[in-house]
Amino acid sequence: MITLVDYGLGNLLAFSNLYRRQNVEVTVAKSADELARATHVILPGVGSFDHAMERLDASGMRATLVALANKGTPLLGVCVGMQMLAYGSDEGSRPGLGLILGRVRAFKTTPAAQALPLPHMGWNDVAPLPGHPLFAGLDTDARFYFLHSYFFDCERTEHVAARAHYGLDFACAASAGSVFGVQFHPEKSHHWGERLLKNFAEL
Amino acid sequence: MLRPRIIPCLLVHDQGLVKTVKFQEGKYVGDPLNAVKIFNEKEVDELIVLDIDATVKGAVPNERLIGQLAVECRMPLSYGGGITSVEQARRIIGLGVEKVALSAAALADPSLVSRIADEVGSQSVVVVLDVKKQPFGGYQVFTHNGTRATKQHPVEAARQAQARGAGEIVVNAIDRDGAMKGYDLELAAQVRAAVSVPLTVLGGAGSQDDLAELFAACGVVGAAAGSLFVFKGPFRAVLINYPTQAQRDQLVAAALSRRPTRG
Repeated sequence: MITLVDYGLGNLLAFSNLYRRQNVEVTVAKSADELARATHVILPGVGSFDHAMERLDASGMRATLVALANKGTPLLGVCVGMQMLAYGSDEGSRPGLGLILGRVRAFKTTPAAQALPLPHMGWNDVAPLPGHPLFAGLDTDARFYFLHSYFFDCERTEHVAARAHYGLDFACAASAGSVFGVQFHPEKSHHWGERLLKNFAEL
Repeated sequence: MLRPRIIPCLLVHDQGLVKTVKFQEGKYVGDPLNAVKIFNEKEVDELIVLDIDATVKGAVPNERLIGQLAVECRMPLSYGGGITSVEQARRIIGLGVEKVALSAAALADPSLVSRIADEVGSQSVVVVLDVKKQPFGGYQVFTHNGTRATKQHPVEAARQAQARGAGEIVVNAIDRDGAMKGYDLELAAQVRAAVSVPLTVLGGAGSQDDLAELFAACGVVGAAAGSLFVFKGPFRAVLINYPTQAQRDQLVAAALSRRPTRG
């Protein structure tokens, strides 16, 4: 059973439709009580970092989310949901969840990316770490849909689960224990995304 | 490598899909939900859906239809048509649409772009510029399905939209609409040079060669098309089509290899 964290941001419908097609049960958590029962958690997110953190705090689910992650419940942050796993972001001032060591940085501040259009929008190649469970069956020719201007800068290379290139190489997926984050949108990435989300559900 | 996007653009009129020529004489081409289902199977890069009735009729966006489309779409979806307020944009994003496209309302009141970007994020705000080539040279932006002149040049309008927080510009050449004789590459290049957000070009594509010409001229941009993906053959029989992944990869690689190497 997949639990989608509903704190008012992100395309929950896209996840639930995709999982329904795969005959995977999906539920939506709007409160700490509902979230506490989760076995697999997806934290979606769009918009700005601070706005997302504010909404999550206001939902009352932050502490439960961190507690679930700490006890090893698989958690997948998507797009801004991945960025929320960091300590913090150059985009804002609010503290992140601190579940994967790293900080979110702007492409704009890196010389290599300055000449490129931002946001980074469209389909890009993704090179997963060989044998990473989230990318099982996606070792060759993986591509996903991206839409973002900030990226997760992992403090430790062992937390990088996949890389993509846009002006610079960046961690488009990260993982630490049972906590996973993907910068791209698997829920809008056709069969590649379906496979990744299936892999997550089977963890 | 980030790939250029190849984007079917669907026009909604009286609940059905139509394809226009120079923004006129819309020909019925099918049911919107059915079209989305076919494009899902073809794994299209993205989809743009524009309601061409809403603004001219002064109607609000049809949220029932948008919701149905969003549920069906397995690819990123941009919706445009009749959006005039932050609240509408927020609700449409909430229905599961990735990007809201603004045109007439954003040109009349540029602050709308920043207010919507503040609410849903710049990455989800698209400004669509419908452009006509002027008889004595140059270009002008029009609204209300090409009936109302704005006195704005697309380069200026695109810069302004970006400054206000648009995350993507769509430039649509009215004169090329439905002609299937190629994009207005001059217009595309001018707007590409003027902004640093992603650009999508619409109007005129009639073949995969036309897409390739755009990528060769402008690099990694979005190539949107209506007729190309809904008609087949010289008699414009309605048949939804889209290049396969392998065809797209080949087309893109060949087109980008023709670009001068940048230092």
